[in-house]
Amino acid sequence: MIDQSLPAHMRPDRSFQALLLTLQRFWADQGCVVLQPYDMEVGAGTFHPATTLRALGPKHWKAAYVQPSRRPKDGRYGENPNRLQHYYQFQVILKPSPENLQELYLQSLAAIGVDLKLHDVRFVEDDWESPTLGAWGLGWECWCDGMEVSQFTYFQQVAGFECAPVSGELTYGLERLAMYVQGVENVYDLNFNGREGAEKTTYGDVFLQAEQEYSRHNFEAADTAMLFEQFRMAEAACHKYLAFGDKGETHEMALPAYDQCIKASHVFNLLDARGVISVTERQSYILRVRELAKACGAAWLKTAGGGAAA
Amino acid sequence: MPDLLLELFSEEIPARMQAQAADALKKLVTDALVERGLLYEGAKAFVTPRRLALAVHGLPGRQADQREEKKGPRVGAPEQAVAGFLKAAGLASLDQATIQSDPKKGDFYVAVVEKPGRATTEVVAEIVPDIIRKFPWPKSMRWGSGTLRWVRPLHSIVATFGAEGDEPEVVHFSVDGIEASNVTRGHRFMAAEPFTVKRLDDWMAKLEAAKVVADRDRRKEIILNDAKDLALAAGLELVEDEGLLDEVCGLVEWPVVLMGSFEARFLDIPDEVIRATIRANQKCFVLKDPKTGRLANRFILISNLVASDGGKAIVAGNERVIRARLSDAKFFWDTDRLNGLASRMPKFQSITFHEKLGSQAERIERIVRLAKELAPKVGAPVALAEEAALVAKADLLTEVVGEFPELQGLMGRYYAQGENLPPEVAAACEEHYKPQGPNDRVPIAPVSVAVALADKIDTLVGFWAIDEKPTGSKDPYALRRAALGVIRIVLENGIRLKLAGRAVERHCLALLIQLKGAEFTKLGNEVFSSKVQELLSAEERSSLALRMVDADKSSTEQMLLGQMDKIVSDLLAFFADRLKVYLRDRGARHDLVDAVFALEGQDDLLLVVRRVEALAAFLATEDGKNLLAGYRRAVNILRIEEKKDGRAFAGPTVAALLKEPAEEHLAAAIDDVKARVSKAVAAEDFEAAMTALSDLRQPVDAFFDAVTVNDVDPALRENRLKLLDEIRAATRGIADFDRIEG
Repeated sequence: MIDQSLPAHMRPDRSFQALLLTLQRFWADQGCVVLQPYDMEVGAGTFHPATTLRALGPKHWKAAYVQPSRRPKDGRYGENPNRLQHYYQFQVILKPSPENLQELYLQSLAAIGVDLKLHDVRFVEDDWESPTLGAWGLGWECWCDGMEVSQFTYFQQVAGFECAPVSGELTYGLERLAMYVQGVENVYDLNFNGREGAEKTTYGDVFLQAEQEYSRHNFEAADTAMLFEQFRMAEAACHKYLAFGDKGETHEMALPAYDQCIKASHVFNLLDARGVISVTERQSYILRVRELAKACGAAWLKTAGGGAAA
Repeated sequence: MPDLLLELFSEEIPARMQAQAADALKKLVTDALVERGLLYEGAKAFVTPRRLALAVHGLPGRQADQREEKKGPRVGAPEQAVAGFLKAAGLASLDQATIQSDPKKGDFYVAVVEKPGRATTEVVAEIVPDIIRKFPWPKSMRWGSGTLRWVRPLHSIVATFGAEGDEPEVVHFSVDGIEASNVTRGHRFMAAEPFTVKRLDDWMAKLEAAKVVADRDRRKEIILNDAKDLALAAGLELVEDEGLLDEVCGLVEWPVVLMGSFEARFLDIPDEVIRATIRANQKCFVLKDPKTGRLANRFILISNLVASDGGKAIVAGNERVIRARLSDAKFFWDTDRLNGLASRMPKFQSITFHEKLGSQAERIERIVRLAKELAPKVGAPVALAEEAALVAKADLLTEVVGEFPELQGLMGRYYAQGENLPPEVAAACEEHYKPQGPNDRVPIAPVSVAVALADKIDTLVGFWAIDEKPTGSKDPYALRRAALGVIRIVLENGIRLKLAGRAVERHCLALLIQLKGAEFTKLGNEVFSSKVQELLSAEERSSLALRMVDADKSSTEQMLLGQMDKIVSDLLAFFADRLKVYLRDRGARHDLVDAVFALEGQDDLLLVVRRVEALAAFLATEDGKNLLAGYRRAVNILRIEEKKDGRAFAGPTVAALLKEPAEEHLAAAIDDVKARVSKAVAAEDFEAAMTALSDLRQPVDAFFDAVTVNDVDPALRENRLKLLDEIRAATRGIADFDRIEG
């Protein structure tokens, strides 16, 4: 249930930012480290090293953060009420996955105003796989009255390595959830700051221009020659940093190397949106990114964070 | 007799895995019980999204005691043998063994091993953890810090055992720290508190009170009945959908059926697209308006909750999602129609059909060529067949088909109609995929038939050329279905098509050249053999020449023709095989199909089937049975004598050596029958051929009655053996009688 003591502009069913703050608060209460977004362009919250790398190795870990996610291909010039090339994911990772993870998730929905006596929440099979990260897990998409509002995954493998212990990952699609709890049909109509009248700022006020500009960029203008070069550079840099940090039993530069893997992945997404990668090449680019992810995962396992003996 | 109740309570089990899991649990547990001597009266499995359960009824309380005698060595046997016996029987010394006497073998040791039966609970506690650990989920996972694998995290286990009226006992065991108990839970949202259960009836009743319908079939029944009732009340009809029903009954523990609606403007979208949208994404049923026969702007959703507002919010939420989905579908449908099907063709060049078989564009080009060639044979105008083959695959690149692959073909038809393409072309877009299976409709419109045959034959020849044939249960490219499709189209339309004829040979050769293209590099100005000249146009020959290395021209050509022959004849054998399966399902004898295919050049399925039918009818007559008997007698004698002499006896006979009237008569009859059979076969009148053959029966019988084949005169004997061979030769005009069974 929504905390009734909240001022109107802080109610998660009235304001986009309040929804986010409520989730942060909820997971902070569960003992999560509340992180800020990773400072790089990523396709999904999973790419944040706080998930990808921390899911590897024996160390326990609990984190929650919002992550702006970029899907260049999903740009619609601001004309589609549901699709965005930049949107927010709220990401929770709990390692090992607790026994009551489903209950915690449902409590978090209640906290943002989804009344579980009124709404039909279902866990519908949806296995997750990220070919670029060499990762997969089993879980569900979580439906609220027929709408997918979250992804729920038990990681089995990341960067090609078996996860033990297993992490439970929750990904909330914040815009969708906000549209649902605010009762809005168009994402750009979302109330962002929870104020009314002249004080009100909508999601469109904040992001419509960006969606238009980035759609142009992603589909029409992105400099493909430069991007191809950037892909090669990121790939080479990743290998270089991995080699530099490799001290046999230990590794000293897993994180900087992984940044280059993230970069390569985003550049690939941009090239893909520009339609300059053929079907056969596509597969080989995905494999190249996966190789980087695997090598970074292997390096991480040789660091303190990855559980290697110091 | 006591009953066993097992319940494995977990997080949500994927709907598609539930039914199989219930069957597997039942089989694994009951098999294991029976294997350990615990017979039962009945068993029933239950499955919901959160639980997998089994009730085994009428089990004994314990296993029967067992007494086993193990024979040992004779008294006084060497020490080693005695020691081995004691070890194997688990005895400490010979004092524990008894001595038995045998009149032949003398005295020997016997160990009597008494095995008292164990309590059933003990046996269950032993087998269930093992079954859980090895359960055959299609995909399973680990969670938390544990190592146990289950389809999703397993939370608790109920295991009780007891007779009716008694308080059942908990069967104690644990799996990775999960202790079996008698505690379970109800519906996630409507009855979350744990409670204890006793036996099956108690479990069912308490679950029902806790808003869980444990029986999958009952949930299906509730959904179907409530959905029909709601539809009826609105004056509509439910569009039934067994697959969807199977799925949604696995998504709810307490089905609550509700009706929602969407804006009537979406009804501009074809019904099939609306249905696919609502079904695939939202797992909802659609409704039909009986007055118009078209879909109504309503849908049925199955929720898992008796909501405090009667379901208003749930319906509103689902309507929002369906509205958004239909908006997408309408957008796809509208944009697809902005650009013609033909405009999509260039894109096929960059789409791979199969790594080894080239792009979709190349495949379409091949289908077009073959469809044009087949068109006259099936009564289709060549130009229309060409146009149809060209656009038949174009809808694969439309947005709607991208979203809903199951609508391929159908969308092509809609788009072709929208573009005012000829109706035959529009029909072929949809129908060329048919028949999809043994129960699907076969296309009958000539243009559709031409494209359907070309599509399937190209697929078959292509995968044969790269040696990707079906093996055992593996048939990833559905080649058996393609072959069956060709068979049904040909037979059900009465089409004369030689499957090893020019069109197929030509197609195969052209495809081989395409495949080998890269191997031929150097220019050559060559003259080709007549076979190649016959099959390929001058243009194609010169393109082939362009790719051939001079020195290798003739060997390359030979290799290609050799491969072509092999592929075409292998493929024909595959067709023969599929035809047998097809005819067997219709009650025909497979041996007769073999007997006909054993003849040279049988590649016209329609004629093969007619011949098989005529042969079957003939063999059912008195004449037929007797002639077959006479044939076998002749062949047996020949076989023996040929083996004896180490040579074959083949006609013709020498007229001067025909001594007896019966043999003279038979020889004359054979000549006459041979001529009539071959004439009738040439005229494709198989009934007449059989009638001719039946005239052989009387002279054959008379011959065996009156004439001794193995005459003392070697010349007479040889001539008579040749006469027997002539009988064989005469039947060969019809079939290979050696292959006939029974």
